[in-house]
Amino acid sequence: MGMKNLYLLVPLAPLAGAILAGFFGKVIGRTGAHLVTILGVAISFALSVLIYQDVQAGHLFNGAVYTWMESGGLKLQVGFLIDPLTVTMMLVVNFVSLMVHVYTIGYMAEDPGYQRFFSYISLFTFSMLMLVMSNNFVQLFFGWEAVGLVSYLLIGFWYTRPTAIYANLKAFLVNRVGDFGFLLGIGLIAAYAGSLDYAEVFAKREQLAAITELVTGWPLITAICICLFIGAMGKSAQFPLHVWLPDSMEGPTPISALIHAATMVTAGIFMVSRMSPLFELSDTALSFVIVIGAITTLFMALIAIVQTDIKRVVAYSTLSQLGYMTMALGASAYSVAIFHLMTHAFFKAVLFLGAGSVIIAMHHEQDMRRMGGLRKYMPVTYLTMFIAAIANAGLPPFAGFFSKDSIIEAVHFAQVPGAGFAYFCALAAVFVGGLYSFRLIFFTFHGKERFREAAHDAHGHDAHGHGHHAAEPHESPKVVTVPLILLSIPAIASGWLIGTVLYGKWFGDAIYIAESHKGVEKMAEEFHGVAGMVMHSVTTLPFWLAISGAATAWFLYIVRPDLPAVIKKKSGVLATILEEKYGFDRFNEWFFAGGARLIGRGLWKGGDQALIDGVMVNGSASVVGWISGLVRLFQSGRIYQYAFGMIFGVFALLTLWFNRA
Amino acid sequence: MISLSHYLILAAILFAIGTVGIFLNRKNLIVLLMAIELMLLAVNINFVAFSHYLNDLSGQLFVFFILVVAAAESGIGLAILVVLFRNLSSIDVEDIESLKG
Repeated sequence: MGMKNLYLLVPLAPLAGAILAGFFGKVIGRTGAHLVTILGVAISFALSVLIYQDVQAGHLFNGAVYTWMESGGLKLQVGFLIDPLTVTMMLVVNFVSLMVHVYTIGYMAEDPGYQRFFSYISLFTFSMLMLVMSNNFVQLFFGWEAVGLVSYLLIGFWYTRPTAIYANLKAFLVNRVGDFGFLLGIGLIAAYAGSLDYAEVFAKREQLAAITELVTGWPLITAICICLFIGAMGKSAQFPLHVWLPDSMEGPTPISALIHAATMVTAGIFMVSRMSPLFELSDTALSFVIVIGAITTLFMALIAIVQTDIKRVVAYSTLSQLGYMTMALGASAYSVAIFHLMTHAFFKAVLFLGAGSVIIAMHHEQDMRRMGGLRKYMPVTYLTMFIAAIANAGLPPFAGFFSKDSIIEAVHFAQVPGAGFAYFCALAAVFVGGLYSFRLIFFTFHGKERFREAAHDAHGHDAHGHGHHAAEPHESPKVVTVPLILLSIPAIASGWLIGTVLYGKWFGDAIYIAESHKGVEKMAEEFHGVAGMVMHSVTTLPFWLAISGAATAWFLYIVRPDLPAVIKKKSGVLATILEEKYGFDRFNEWFFAGGARLIGRGLWKGGDQALIDGVMVNGSASVVGWISGLVRLFQSGRIYQYAFGMIFGVFALLTLWFNRA
Repeated sequence: MISLSHYLILAAILFAIGTVGIFLNRKNLIVLLMAIELMLLAVNINFVAFSHYLNDLSGQLFVFFILVVAAAESGIGLAILVVLFRNLSSIDVEDIESLKG
């Protein structure tokens, strides 16, 4: 039993759980379903810890476990690449997944699709592990598509809701756009490098860098990187392919936490980090990455301020945080991006699961305008979400501070074109991040108990006494709060690993940084321990921006709760633009969906009905009918006409015969 | 003096009458049979005329064969006609059009 079998067991354990819960859900029952899936993920997590220790001891692995097919020198294999980057992702994915599995027992307790849900999230864990553990592009793409599929299934989990169906279709279609770019990138690599194995491709990268792409005349490496990054833009919801993520909140909250915040959406970040040897060769691609990241960071954070649906606020905050990670990638600070990915996975999972806990308490009410004052009813949820909000805002000494501050620092050091713009966006988004994080907390947990007003409206005065007590919000059960507490520990503490992760050769050779992009090394020189970084932060701009964001939220939603409405009225067009989310949905609906429908209608009416049905199928039939209608006139059935025909024929033939030349 | 061409012209006229009789006749199937008979006779006249002028008896011998075949043929034709009349109660050529496509 070598390590190879252990590696294989890591993704297969959740897969087995998914199959058992999915196909034999009726047999094993609800308890059985959550037991097998949790067991599967727990095994996977335990093995990940084991492999982590093995990797720490210096045992890396890169090899195939199974050859799927071989065609013209192109080998398609199932293989694993086990290095620090992979192991980090495995730990994050498995830990968050395990917590979400446990949490789901409470959240989905009354849902008829209980077993199906567990099957899906275990299948997701399998797919995500295949994605991160892959050592070649084909398996990467397999995992990439599989997580997309599970995401589609889970967004549409409540398939009787029209909004859920709309949202999952949208997610699927937008991801197709990204995946198309991704596939083009892989195709370019396969065409020019002749291999789909990471190590072989990276070994040839110098040759690749020298080639100019035939069709566009661009440097090949830039074309490859931008194509791959378009894939990352789809999966990691970067501007302008971000539109699917807010709508994906139609799915149950546990998957919003697991898939649409902590793990799947970070697949793009992971992929770009994995491809760092390629991206480092193209400043153009890095510049593209940093600008896209910057736009996403600032503009999505702004939308979060005006949202009133608790999950959507968190969703837009996720978009903004993903933008930070993308910026870090563009600044060649891959390790910082992965570090932020890790801390973000924890605190964003807490925010989502906490939001889910609030939603349970409010009997599936998601509108923050009907919440408020929940603090005293749900202390555990309040405390954990408060921690996560501080981490999200990037205040020391919580996890988000270390990673976010490092990103801002890295962007500051970046030399690629667009880095100045990105630095501005990063700083502005810190203020906005503080504002929306604390707005969420204050709106939900502080202030007036607005849900009572709603209850008044709904029940009327007579039903007041009895019905009121039943609607009283209450703290969620243990299966919900325990994962929250367990996740909030790394939401506080995972940032303290900064010294090890960023500056301690944690990633070893997994990440390559070109000589000219040594921002992280400069940061390492200025780094003087966790405490030093916290002390130093008080004198830096981001800290005060985050504080002022939080203070603004406090002033607007606690001291003067009447002010936001006034500001909204005064700002007029600006508020409308934000509430319309810059009109992306409207534009896509009009241009892409409308255009597609127009083309579809044209092809249907013109191509199918007119050309194929009208001309080709029915047309050939009617031509035959028309000609045979003519020929039929000769076949009168009257003998004397036939006789005349014969005689005329003989006459004509004889005439020809005698007049022959 | 009656020459070969007179016989040939007569035969041609008879043949033409027969032909025209076939496709101008719209009413009676018996007339159709008679027209066919007429065409055969026109051929026979040709045979006899050539036989005489070429001093070759085989032509006249052929005429007998043709007469026998024609007799058999009209016998069969009339028999068909009788059956047809029993089935259709008509010998009108216009009515016999079941071959129409």
